[in-house]
Amino acid sequence: MSARNRELLGLIPASLLVTAGFAAVFIQQGSQQLSNLSLTYGAIFLGLCIAAHVFLRIALPYADPYLFPLVAVLASFGLVVIYRIDETLARQQAQWFVAGLGLFVATIVFARDYRKLEQYRYLIAAGSLALLCMPRLPGVGAQVNGAYLGVRIPGVFVFQPTEFAKIGIVIFLASYLRDTRQLLVAGARRVAGITLPPIKHFGPLLVIWGVAMLLLIVIRDLGSSLMFFGAFLAVLYVATNRVSFVVVGLLLFAGGAWYLGTHVPHVTDRVDVWLDPFNADRYPHAGYQIANSLFAQADGGLLGRGFGEAFLTLPGGGPLLPAPQTDLIYAVIVNELGLVAAVAVLITYLLFVQRGFKVALLARDSFSTLLAVGLCAVFALQVFVIVGGVTNVIPLTGVTLPFISYGGSSLLANFVLLALLLLVSDRARREAEAPR
Amino acid sequence: MSQPIMRLFATIVLLFAILVVWTSRWSVFDAKALRDNALNKRPLLAQLHVKRGAIKAADGTVLARSVRGPGGTYRRAYPAGSLFGHPVGYAIVALNQLAGLERYRNDELSGQGGDSLSSLADQLQGKRQQGDTVVTTLDPQAQRIATEQLAATGSPGAVVALDPRTGAVLTMASSPGYDPNRLGQAGVFRALNSAGSGAPLLDRSTQSSYAPGSTFKVLTAAAAIDSGRYTPDSVINGDSPKTISGVPMRNDLGHSYGDVTLTTAMTYSINTVFGQIGEALGKRTMADYMRRFGFYRRPPLDYPADEMLASGERLNGKLLPVTSDRVDVGRMAIGQDKLAVTPMQMAMVVATVANGGRLMAPHLTDRVVDPDGRTVDRVEPRVYGTPISSTTAAQVNQMMRTVVESGTGTAVQLPGIQVAGKTGTAEIGTLGANLTQPSFVAFAPADAPRVAIAVTVERSQGGFGGTVAAPIARAVLQSLLS
Repeated sequence: MSARNRELLGLIPASLLVTAGFAAVFIQQGSQQLSNLSLTYGAIFLGLCIAAHVFLRIALPYADPYLFPLVAVLASFGLVVIYRIDETLARQQAQWFVAGLGLFVATIVFARDYRKLEQYRYLIAAGSLALLCMPRLPGVGAQVNGAYLGVRIPGVFVFQPTEFAKIGIVIFLASYLRDTRQLLVAGARRVAGITLPPIKHFGPLLVIWGVAMLLLIVIRDLGSSLMFFGAFLAVLYVATNRVSFVVVGLLLFAGGAWYLGTHVPHVTDRVDVWLDPFNADRYPHAGYQIANSLFAQADGGLLGRGFGEAFLTLPGGGPLLPAPQTDLIYAVIVNELGLVAAVAVLITYLLFVQRGFKVALLARDSFSTLLAVGLCAVFALQVFVIVGGVTNVIPLTGVTLPFISYGGSSLLANFVLLALLLLVSDRARREAEAPR
Repeated sequence: MSQPIMRLFATIVLLFAILVVWTSRWSVFDAKALRDNALNKRPLLAQLHVKRGAIKAADGTVLARSVRGPGGTYRRAYPAGSLFGHPVGYAIVALNQLAGLERYRNDELSGQGGDSLSSLADQLQGKRQQGDTVVTTLDPQAQRIATEQLAATGSPGAVVALDPRTGAVLTMASSPGYDPNRLGQAGVFRALNSAGSGAPLLDRSTQSSYAPGSTFKVLTAAAAIDSGRYTPDSVINGDSPKTISGVPMRNDLGHSYGDVTLTTAMTYSINTVFGQIGEALGKRTMADYMRRFGFYRRPPLDYPADEMLASGERLNGKLLPVTSDRVDVGRMAIGQDKLAVTPMQMAMVVATVANGGRLMAPHLTDRVVDPDGRTVDRVEPRVYGTPISSTTAAQVNQMMRTVVESGTGTAVQLPGIQVAGKTGTAEIGTLGANLTQPSFVAFAPADAPRVAIAVTVERSQGGFGGTVAAPIARAVLQSLLS
């Protein structure tokens, strides 16, 4: 069976999931619209996916057949969960999904020769850093829970620059390390048993570390910083195959994080809550979100309470689970569908990452490989940062769960990420199949 | 570059495995601890969405029911207002405040009892969790009369009426009362608990203990006869004063009766006779009989344990064994000394005499009925103990009849029904203040008792058991026997 036919078949489970999911929510609401509306939603979703699929058939016939259906599964699941939380938000999210598909198509059309992106790497890097710093600019910055992650565009929405910056930074890193990786390895010296890169190229790496630390201060967000720096280390490691570079990088990051965690009041608060999430004194304010995230998961158990059965608000109207549609959507999933569904979601992400790495392995040129690795790494780390935050593995941070959380920026940016991965895979598989 | 990519993927798999482990930790392994965490409001919210079962009187009168509130939640309504505030208690779920039967039967009322299989079946059928109905043994008419009569005295007090044959609690009234419908309102709890409120939340029938005064002579007489040392016809000198435990004891008004039988001593409540009996029986025998009647333990009532007190000698709020050096057994035998006895315990004592020496465990619940109308649990009468022989019981019964026929308890006489009873008047407050604590115990009909009752009025200006407490007992008995 051809790759594209496999992709087409893969879309069927996603559409069934939308239909079944909406049906479940309707039943729970005791609604009369069950009869055909859930089928309609499923059909519309299938129609949109088939349109995108037809486009891929024409534009990228060799692209990996599983990436798009996996995203469809995640996005459809996200739509159902958001619908259960708030119908209005789900309608907006559906519009963002359509817009995301549009951007997806546009990316494939305009960045068809994605290797040209290398030429603009410093522009892209500078643009990404500017994006990251925007939330601190007076007038446009939006502070959420003490972190600066959003830019308010009046009347439209709160734009999340980190979502787009992560792609720009990965493009820059892939391009920069393609040039310098040989030098980094060849010039390495052993100092006290640790292999260090040559001083000349150590500089730029220190700069990137500095930027990550600066990010911590600027956006006050340990999670985002971890996501960016982790992606950097992943690309650096694949480019150089030197574990010692990663170890040195991690030590530097840990040192910086420790310093900030003990000296910057906002970060200190986050760390205190992380270490003791059930502290009764902090519970009413700083600890409320994480404590209730964990309580919601305990309420769900192995199989969950069922769609629509979780408590999200207090009887008085206040939030019981703050930000259920964005930061804490994973807690809602565990609460209503249980550990089983949460593990299924994580496995779906892993399958996506696995396909992405497969693309990286197939790619013939270093830039393509490093780009695919970087995109997958930043994607996987974003999942780790938010799910790890919600489950208190690391301090809780306000990033989205890709393709599932409510949010326009996140959905648009992740569709760009998907488009780039498909572009890389189309070239790699075309070259792999072509006779030499 | 393929090897580092494989390793990187392995690292990511490891990171995701950590996420799975942590999610399992919260959702499964630590779930119970998290659900029990005091900060967690979810179990409470779940309770708000449960339609609790009703609580009903023996005749089916609804005493508590759930009514729909906003957003699919329920709140409790008590149609009888303050009348059943004490036995039924309250369930203010939003404040996590429960008391009385609402608290003791919370599992049944909130549908947490029963088998998990049927609740799973309900869940699959989309049925909402619904609680069982608790049908009590309480009699609304008698409860109303007891409450009104207590209120009319202008003093706090309590009335407990039992069916001596089964232990069923027919009346459990405590004054002052409170309206459980108002407890959900802001500040009401604080106001009812504040000093000067008269402690209306306190259930005086099980939580307050009083000097029983001469009503305790029923137990002393039962011990005296059952031990084989005395008969109703034993002759003892009833002069006043008599030196008991080295201190002179006087009869009421200092009256000297000369040589009298035990029956006569009971009829006129002669202190010096019972003081001598107490000394003669000794601490061990008295302690033994008190234990048999249920003293020194909380009553075996289906009621929250911390809303009941054990009766006995108390010093500084702590139970003191009868065998202690600090106990004056002669004065204890007439219901003085440091005796602290709940009205519920006194009702158990007379119920034993009424039931031929067998003490039935008192109970408020008659049966538990599920939402489909099936009786899922029925409280069967249970013998708690046999403190005295049936012969002793019959003799003490006879002595108590003469109290009502010709002694201190004539005020309780009912037309056509023979009543057996015993008065009690404990002096409280400073010497010469003339403050008393009148009490009365009784059962009727004397030859086949259906009701046993204990009445205590906390404060009276010079009133007696026979004048203040006996009329209340009479009114309640009349209602329960009609």
